[in-house]
Amino acid sequence: MKLWAIAVNTFKEAVRNKIFYLLLVFGIVFALSSRLVGLLTLGDATKVLKNVGLASINFFGVLIAIFTGTNLIYKELDKKTIYNIISKPISRSDFIMGKFLGLAYTLLVALVSMGTVFFLFLFISTGEFDWRMLIYFGLLYLELLIITSISLVFSSFSTPILSSIFTIIIYLVGHVLWTFNEFKYKLVEPVFKGIVHFFYYILPNLEKFNLREQIVMNMKIDMKIVFVSVIYGILYIAALLTLGILIFNKREFK
Amino acid sequence: MKALEITNLKKSFSSNFFLKKYNILNSININVERGEIYGFLGPNGAGKTTTIKCVLGLIFPDYGNILINNRPAHSPEIRQKLGFLPENPTFYDYLTAGEFLLFSARLFSIPSKKSSEVIKYLIPMVGLDGKENVKLKNFSRGMIQRIGFAQALINDPDIVILDEPFSGLDPIGRKELRNIIIALKKKGKTIFFSSHILQDMELIADKVGIIFNGEIIKEGKLSELVSHSVQYYEIVFSNIDESLIRANNLSFECMEENYIIRSPEIDELNRVIEFVILNRGKIMSVTPAKMTLEDIFLREIKK
Repeated sequence: MKLWAIAVNTFKEAVRNKIFYLLLVFGIVFALSSRLVGLLTLGDATKVLKNVGLASINFFGVLIAIFTGTNLIYKELDKKTIYNIISKPISRSDFIMGKFLGLAYTLLVALVSMGTVFFLFLFISTGEFDWRMLIYFGLLYLELLIITSISLVFSSFSTPILSSIFTIIIYLVGHVLWTFNEFKYKLVEPVFKGIVHFFYYILPNLEKFNLREQIVMNMKIDMKIVFVSVIYGILYIAALLTLGILIFNKREFK
Repeated sequence: MKALEITNLKKSFSSNFFLKKYNILNSININVERGEIYGFLGPNGAGKTTTIKCVLGLIFPDYGNILINNRPAHSPEIRQKLGFLPENPTFYDYLTAGEFLLFSARLFSIPSKKSSEVIKYLIPMVGLDGKENVKLKNFSRGMIQRIGFAQALINDPDIVILDEPFSGLDPIGRKELRNIIIALKKKGKTIFFSSHILQDMELIADKVGIIFNGEIIKEGKLSELVSHSVQYYEIVFSNIDESLIRANNLSFECMEENYIIRSPEIDELNRVIEFVILNRGKIMSVTPAKMTLEDIFLREIKK
């Protein structure tokens, strides 16, 4: 109940923030503008519509995840509202978990809102009802949860601006992480090889959650890979939350 | 039985850059009995809030023991029967007063039905009748202090810790808060409050601890500290010729038609009274000028 109280309050805080709606509306508008891009582009308009629409939802989903994730813990510390929580019979791990669940629920609402509008729009525009997009949104949701967990860890000891920068860097690197694997074979020095190897395994491989190409190109989705990605995502989130809790347990609220 | 026992509490903070340690608390010892109003007095920066934060687990002591109801203070469960109002509190301004109290109740796992009843009781008690649906961002500082006090009582706590509860309140608000604190004491609650406002402390505290530079420099029952400290007796009289007073080597002050003599000793006072009566003078008043908490506070700090 205590954990849920924090989760519900976190959700309320996020959805009572105007920036959340702004990003949500922009996400929907950009997803719908894919139709216009489709009309102006040569080639299969449906593919363009799907590609641009899904990319828009992805982009604004990531923005919401970073914005809410980096702000919410920091605001608790900055405004000292955390005094009121930690002085009550709440463990610090319950606080972090409550915050994470609240953010997870916020992202779910954002993704379902944008996804539903896009689903309907795609159906009206093309008559197509691509159920595989549910898998796409499922994996995107996991990716957003990883991003939220990263920003949550950073915001437990850093300012929102720095946390946002760190999270964006990890997000960008996470999508080109496969290049690390190829890069390390070109390195001769064992030390550099070791460093690249270390980062390859420690940073999140976010491309594992990207099915846009399969959806747009109507390619087959390998459910085994999806399953492995889901397990990988869950374990990665668990590891990040454990790290966040460990940092938070040591933190003093001066 | 002790409600709060702090033994040999030490705390230091390090500056970020050179990691040089600054001692904030040097061996704090505090004993608060159950059902007592304990006033924690000290100037700004003396270590009052740091001590309270150690008790509540917001910061970790370097050394020492803190027991709440004879149990170690660091476990979250111990705070189930603890209420706390932070200094200059800020709460979630996007919530209404009612929502905020409901949220606070949930943090204590109080069932919804019971929390609604408690909220209905607390809102008028702290003088916020009709403000239940107003968002906290529209509250004045005094109103925030009041809602903060309500959330500190939401779990019907045995021990209430208030950090500077009177700051931000107008005289009426301060009087109301004093009355609430006294009412809580009557219910058997223990109240530990910090303040630098001596008047409020003198009016309600049973016991006072004076902290200065991270040390408790004086602790005791307020009645003992104050009543044993009569500084002098003041006798006001009239109808006696001034030359007669001078002839008796008595130092005095004139105030309109009256004479005032201040005597630090009771024997000397008796002699003055005898002198006035023998010379058919008229005694207007005899007042023991007690040492106030302010006098004690200033004296202890100067030591």
